[in-house]
Amino acid sequence: MGIGNSLWLVSPEIFLSISSLVLLMVAAWGGDKSARLVTILSAAALFGASTLLMSLAHMPEFKGGVFAFDGQYRMDAFGSSAKFLIYIAAIVSLMIAPRFFQAGGKYRAEYPILILFACIGMGMMVSATDMMTLYIGLELNSLSAYVLASFIRTDVRSSEAGLKYFVLGALASGMLLFGISLVYGFAGSTSFAVIGDTLSGDLSTGPLIGLVLVLSGLAFKISAVPFHMWTPDVYEGAPTPVSAFFASAPKVAAVALTARVIIDAFGGQTSAWQQIIVFVALASIILGAVAAIGQQNIKRLLAYSSINNVGFLLIGLATGTAAGISAMMFYLAIYVAMTLGSFICVLEMRDKDGRPLESLSSLAGLSQTRPGLAAAFAVFMFSLAGIPPLFGFWGKFLVFDAAVAAGMLPLAVIGIAASVIGAFYYIKVVKIIYFDDPAGEIVSTGHKTENILIAVMALFVSPLGYLAIPFVAPITAAAAASLF
Amino acid sequence: MNQLDFPILSLMMGLPMLAAIICLFLNAQAARWLALATTLALFVLGIVLWANYDIGGPQWQYVERSDLFGNFAWALGIDGISMMLIMLTVFLMPICIGASWESIQTRVGEYMAAFLFMEVLMIGVFAAQDIFLFYILFEAGLIPMYLIIGIWGGANRIYASYKFFLYTLLGSVVMLIAMLWMVQDAGTSDIPTLLNYDFAPEAQTWLWLAFFASFAVKMPMWPVHTWLPDAHVQAPTAGSVILAGVLLKMGGYGFLRFSLPMFPEASEQFIWLVFGLSMVAVIYTSLVALVQQDMKKLIAYSSVAHMAIVTLGLFAFNRQGIEGAVIVMLSHGLVSGALFLCVGVIYDRLHTREIDRYGGLAINMPKYAILFLLFTMASIGLPGTSGFVGEFLSLIGLYEVNSWVTLVATTGIILGAGYMLYLYRRVAFGELVHEDVKAMPDLSAREMALLAPIAAAVMWMGVYPESFMAPIRGDVGALVARIDRAAPEGDAHLKMGEAKAVAKDHAEGEAH
Repeated sequence: MGIGNSLWLVSPEIFLSISSLVLLMVAAWGGDKSARLVTILSAAALFGASTLLMSLAHMPEFKGGVFAFDGQYRMDAFGSSAKFLIYIAAIVSLMIAPRFFQAGGKYRAEYPILILFACIGMGMMVSATDMMTLYIGLELNSLSAYVLASFIRTDVRSSEAGLKYFVLGALASGMLLFGISLVYGFAGSTSFAVIGDTLSGDLSTGPLIGLVLVLSGLAFKISAVPFHMWTPDVYEGAPTPVSAFFASAPKVAAVALTARVIIDAFGGQTSAWQQIIVFVALASIILGAVAAIGQQNIKRLLAYSSINNVGFLLIGLATGTAAGISAMMFYLAIYVAMTLGSFICVLEMRDKDGRPLESLSSLAGLSQTRPGLAAAFAVFMFSLAGIPPLFGFWGKFLVFDAAVAAGMLPLAVIGIAASVIGAFYYIKVVKIIYFDDPAGEIVSTGHKTENILIAVMALFVSPLGYLAIPFVAPITAAAAASLF
Repeated sequence: MNQLDFPILSLMMGLPMLAAIICLFLNAQAARWLALATTLALFVLGIVLWANYDIGGPQWQYVERSDLFGNFAWALGIDGISMMLIMLTVFLMPICIGASWESIQTRVGEYMAAFLFMEVLMIGVFAAQDIFLFYILFEAGLIPMYLIIGIWGGANRIYASYKFFLYTLLGSVVMLIAMLWMVQDAGTSDIPTLLNYDFAPEAQTWLWLAFFASFAVKMPMWPVHTWLPDAHVQAPTAGSVILAGVLLKMGGYGFLRFSLPMFPEASEQFIWLVFGLSMVAVIYTSLVALVQQDMKKLIAYSSVAHMAIVTLGLFAFNRQGIEGAVIVMLSHGLVSGALFLCVGVIYDRLHTREIDRYGGLAINMPKYAILFLLFTMASIGLPGTSGFVGEFLSLIGLYEVNSWVTLVATTGIILGAGYMLYLYRRVAFGELVHEDVKAMPDLSAREMALLAPIAAAVMWMGVYPESFMAPIRGDVGALVARIDRAAPEGDAHLKMGEAKAVAKDHAEGEAH
């Protein structure tokens, strides 16, 4: 495979890189006045990259997936569908940002550019078939994310979030790198395919520790228990559009990356990783459910909710089957819509001076002051809880179906029983919105962009979403098939 | 497609759905009228359904199917049992709307939307022919009911709504895992196919338990009934009517549609469990009902006792028992709904449900006293009312299996007479001692219009139950044929003697 062809395969990333560099120049000369323009152009760049991605994915010669750069990178349906989700989430994060930042002072042109850099990193992550590509992609994404978390420099909580994220993230990267070096030492290669071929049969202690460390580093990125501690603090402290971004795009990237590492590099070592993933999945579901009960801050609550949902996603991964991966991808798509929707609802929580509100009690009686927003919020909450007929149920349905098909009945039973614990705090939010007397704190009338986005997300997770199944299911099935 | 060449079941679900969405945007009075018109239209459609139902025809009628969703299908169709339960739903719904006409004054549009959405789900549960579609609709009922109790309920509504939601959700989730396993095993999610699929007996044990967890909570059976009194007491009147009238029937319907025909061996294996819990329920909850001070709570406990008769009849594994159980379900739907309405009528006047605050209502509210008496008697199971037919048949069926259980169950019916008559005495008889009670007006025309149709239906079912039994006869026959291989041996070892045969004919003559 020639270098030209390889470059053609990574064209979405190249396009994004060039766009972000050009926009960086625009921002440097234009100053913060150009922030709005840069945001629009960044969204356009992401849109362009999505188009490139689609056209690549639809080319018949790339159907089964193709390696680029001598096995460093792979263009396949799995990576493409993950990237598509990431780009959509990033576009939404861009659309909601300007109004938020302007309310609290100045909007800066670096925000969209950092999102673009993060997207390039995430694109590399989901397409990586080599530990080095993986690490570079991961770090590019993480470094952008650290800056984004502390984007409001003057806000103590934001700076704290950035610092915490950075310190803990660096630790996780260290673990990951150490794990990679151990695996490399025993397998003699950083390529997933070679690792998969070399590490067959019973694992000796060395590569096993390597595997555990690699998974630990990745678990940090997807904020799975026991590496979740940073999540509530960072989600709470980071500006809300950034929290929305963190809860959606990087999660897709990290989960997809983990799936690829597990299936490609450690596919022959099912018994080694499966118990880890099963434990992490159940621990995330239970902790995400229990710890959320006492939260008074809606962003912290959503952080625990994302931990909880990651647990369900990992059930799909734990099966290690194509059906499980396909279920996981579908769940991711629904999860992105639910979580973005919830965060945009949080964005709409403003008092009369336009300051953001975050406490649960300020939601009291929202159904009487803003019925539309309240209904959307309730839809997202019930959907996150996985109550039918909302579409969030379908994600859970698919992962449990895959778990049952793989014969992992205890996992399925414990997981679904624990989902009832989680339902408690979701319906508590609905209770506050619908049953309590109005607190009258949220007085903003909402913003057109935000309202439209909320409506779109709410429609997707409403029962109408079921009509999308025949369209999405083949895509996720193809994505999963391209891994095996 | 079906005898009407028209997807009538989809229409019956689509119409209230549409109306529910419109209701959200209407003002109070318009929402009331729209809801009433929609539910009445559905009642008419229900009559069309019944009139065109081909008794003795194919088991599944009005079948429609479109594979919209990949893994499962929009598959609807009804047999006689489903049709009777749908009839119960569409009959009670306009009454519920009428009962809320004056008592609900806040957020009327949302209230009506929740009820109409509820109706969509109830019809869907009884008509679903795909096991996953069934599950989705079965579970979805939690959301509107949660909102109905929580927004328009009484003082302690928050606790009641949480309890209702989490209890029933916990009961149901394990059933989903069982369904997933079943569909993997059988390779189809089509209910009529699954009904004739033989699962391995070892697997049946687990599957049965998973389904039991859900239906026992929904039913509700002792000891998982505790959500019901709370939910009933706190829900608005119409909420209680729909809860007692239709939602509880989903548990019985579940046993009838899933547990028995799909897992006959396991059903036989766990007969002791069902009988044991039901016996406790009949006696214990009747005794609890006897000492209640709150009218709604009393009726709620009586519901638990009546539902225990349903489970006893269902697990008798014979025609009389199962037919009786279905009739008890229908009858209880009408009677308990009517009793809750009766409570609602006086609650609207005095705003208390405490029994001691009333007394002597027969003096100043004669019309009310007569109707209340009729429903009290129907609840007791007086011959000539619907309650008698179902209970009598269930107990006959049960007697063939186990005379001791029948003895206990019959004792429960005597206790039932005790608490209902005691309630009636305290509310309607005696002197008018309270001034405010003295000032209570008799039934208004609206209230009369709500209670009279139920009274007529109760009498009809009591005097000529054949109308209601004819559609279900074939389906019960199919069910009995399906589970016959696992039917337990009775303890009576009845021998057909001359005298017995006469007694049996007599019983059937009375029942039909």
